Amino acid sequence: MVTEQIVNQLKKIMESESRILTEKADLVSYSFDASFGTYFPELVLQPLSAGEVAGIVKLANEYKIPIYPRGAGTSLSGGPLPVHGGIVLDFSQWNQLLIVDPEDTVAIVSPGVITANIDKEAKKHGLMYPPDPSSSHVSTIGGNLAENAGGPRGLKYGVTKDYVLGLEIVTAEGEIIRTGGRTIKNVTGYDLTKLIVGAEGTLGIITEATLQLIPRPQASKTLMVIFADIVDAGRAISSVLTSGIMPSKMEIMDQASIAAVEAYEPVGLPVDVDAIILIELDGHPLAIEDESEKVKQVCLDLGARKVVIAKNDHAAAELWRARKLVSPAIVRTKPTKISEDATIPRSKIPEMFKRLQEIKKKYQVDLVVFGHAGDGNLHPNIITNIQDKEEMKRVEKAVEEIFATAIELGGTLSGEHGIGTMKAPFMEMELGEIGVEMMKRMKTAWDPNNILNPGKIFPVKGQRLVLVND
Amino acid sequence: MTSQLAYKETFDCVQCGYCLPACPTYLTMGKERHSPRGRINLVKLAAEGKISLDEISDSLDLCLGCRACETACPTNVQYGKILESFKVAKSESNQSPFIEKLALQNALPNKFWQKAAVRTLGIYQKTKLNKLARKSGLLRVLPERLRAFEEITPVVQPPKRKVRQNTILPKKAKLNVAFFTGCVMDVFFAKINDLSIRLLEHAGCHVTIIKEQTCCGALQHHSGDKSFTKKLAKENITAFEQAEYDYVVNSIGGCGAMLVEYDKLLENEPQWVERAEKFAKKNIDISVILSSLGISFEKEINKVVTYQPSCHLLNVQKVKDDPVKLITSIPGLTYLPLPQADMCCGSAGIYNIVHYEESMDILDEKMKHVHTVRPAVIVTSNPGCHLQMCLGVKREGLEKKIRVVHIVELLAEACGIEAV
Repeated sequence: MVTEQIVNQLKKIMESESRILTEKADLVSYSFDASFGTYFPELVLQPLSAGEVAGIVKLANEYKIPIYPRGAGTSLSGGPLPVHGGIVLDFSQWNQLLIVDPEDTVAIVSPGVITANIDKEAKKHGLMYPPDPSSSHVSTIGGNLAENAGGPRGLKYGVTKDYVLGLEIVTAEGEIIRTGGRTIKNVTGYDLTKLIVGAEGTLGIITEATLQLIPRPQASKTLMVIFADIVDAGRAISSVLTSGIMPSKMEIMDQASIAAVEAYEPVGLPVDVDAIILIELDGHPLAIEDESEKVKQVCLDLGARKVVIAKNDHAAAELWRARKLVSPAIVRTKPTKISEDATIPRSKIPEMFKRLQEIKKKYQVDLVVFGHAGDGNLHPNIITNIQDKEEMKRVEKAVEEIFATAIELGGTLSGEHGIGTMKAPFMEMELGEIGVEMMKRMKTAWDPNNILNPGKIFPVKGQRLVLVND
Repeated sequence: MTSQLAYKETFDCVQCGYCLPACPTYLTMGKERHSPRGRINLVKLAAEGKISLDEISDSLDLCLGCRACETACPTNVQYGKILESFKVAKSESNQSPFIEKLALQNALPNKFWQKAAVRTLGIYQKTKLNKLARKSGLLRVLPERLRAFEEITPVVQPPKRKVRQNTILPKKAKLNVAFFTGCVMDVFFAKINDLSIRLLEHAGCHVTIIKEQTCCGALQHHSGDKSFTKKLAKENITAFEQAEYDYVVNSIGGCGAMLVEYDKLLENEPQWVERAEKFAKKNIDISVILSSLGISFEKEINKVVTYQPSCHLLNVQKVKDDPVKLITSIPGLTYLPLPQADMCCGSAGIYNIVHYEESMDILDEKMKHVHTVRPAVIVTSNPGCHLQMCLGVKREGLEKKIRVVHIVELLAEACGIEAV
């Protein structure tokens, strides 16, 4: 319980009282994220320094008050939801530190910096910060680090954890420590940096990060490949990668998403095909010119109906527009969108597509698939109406079966969204009882009082997926 | 109370947060409740009776209504409708200031009051009383906000009768258009209306001014007075039905946005909805029509120019490229885009008077971007933005370096057109 006495103590820790939010309108405004469920915090704090965070956590640990770190609240897995009340730490305003050191090719950032701004700043020095979750113009780096966010470029460049050299974190006891450093090579002791990234704020609270930047590719080129048969599309994806070419993005749109886009804002896509794959190549202009022809040939050899190569950046943007239109197009009939990110090995893409169609039929749900095909990180999206209780029950079952199928095919529950509250019930299914137990031991060692983002990752006994709460 | 709130519409929001970086008040205030996503959630909770209208008022009242969030939204949430529903609910629970209502219901649409206002202001300015007042320090006793606006209020001139009487008839009119004058515009910026008419004629239009037209209702609508707004809408629809026109043209971003949404305003009135739709479709911003007809220039303007769009022209009327196309077609001119031009300047109807401090924070953000461009001219497309940008220029002490003009003034100058 956050008592008046605790608030008074917090007033001494926080440098400004304007960053202590107690009004009801504020509390309810931090009760949600982009996933499901609403939980009211007792207090919201907007810290702007590691000192403030350390003070808050120390106090919370003493009184056993749950702490919930939150970035921009774009999480699709429930990462920042204050499921046990307590205090939400809103990091979105701590965006003041963004330094790019071109000599060391690193960026030093505070947790509230918007992810896309890091890449924007890196660009000024001919560098790039590759992780590009589609919410990167909104999401904070702190949230990306906590959830180990991915994005379309993950295929070639990897995900957030691949670009973290060092962290400053506040432990559950309220101590400030540093992990890693600012060199690429660093094998001193356990790799705590990689442990903290993706731990969803359950082991420590990230207050600063040192990120690796890489040279920026000079140019990019986009192709649109149309497949009448999804099996051909799946084979083409693998064949492109074994032809010596590593595209920066390979995004897929299934028949249902193509049809939805055409019904919403016709851009001239064929609606009688199984899939469209958008491929982006990046690198030296001459190299990608040559590679684009090769990719075209590989796809045509494997039965692609048509391959369009964008002549310039403007034409490329037009091709990507179709992909961008999917979101608004699919929510026209029903407002609620459940975006899943179960991921499977690349070779299983055609099989996964087949199984998704069966799930769609079995539970009579509106299911569309669009996502990152190159790394098997498909995004099956179920479109529904949260006010329709009966349908939501079927949706819950369909989602459960999607998870089970992904694991059965050798995949994983989450490619990039994180476990949070949404996928906690399925942890044992993927990791086994002992696997989960070993993770719990880590949690207990780092946070014995269970104050850091409690209620995430680990299910309570008998916990099931619930998308509707009253 | 809850029945007026647009509850169903709140479910269209998937809470992805894509609206956050587009929202000027989230940027300056830094709290989720001052973001579109936060406000939509608050209206939803109020409709469910989980929070009172009183408790959410601060959040919703401080919304500019710029609707940049609608442009940013990937799922087409009708934020404007949700916001207006709150305004109506609040207004009907009798919380809107009486004086504000009185002024909006009577002064704006009333020709008598308008004329009186023009004369008073005109005399006040002509007799240099304003300078005397400024010098004497009399104005310093007024609240800061009124003082600020007093100094940037343009010199009021009544409309030129000659211009309004269709003196120039193009031999073969390309288009037959009616002109919407607006009320604030025709008081403070009658000259811009006059120039608009001349420009339309220059581009080959036959222009008619319909006497019976009245205020568009935007300010009343934004304050939640839906029934009065409807009354004005019906008067306008009836007035413009007198004859057939290809278009109803205006040069006021905010009014245009209201006019093109008359169909939404009257959607629940079966005997009006069709007429409203027909009328709404005919309304068009002057930049769209001039850009499609094309105009010939006579004069070079050798200046660095930037453009601050009107939010309602951009986010509601969805007019984005036409003004820039027109500006860049002027010979000699160097156009530099204003960074984050799509962010509201903080004018927002009467927001800058009612919420002065918050508005100035937003204006300060805007002026930071103006500094990076260093233009000689800032082009606007709405009288409210125009005054606000004048205030911004003045607050930064840049009056001698930067001129604020309406796009119509700039085009007229390049075409060698004068109002007289």
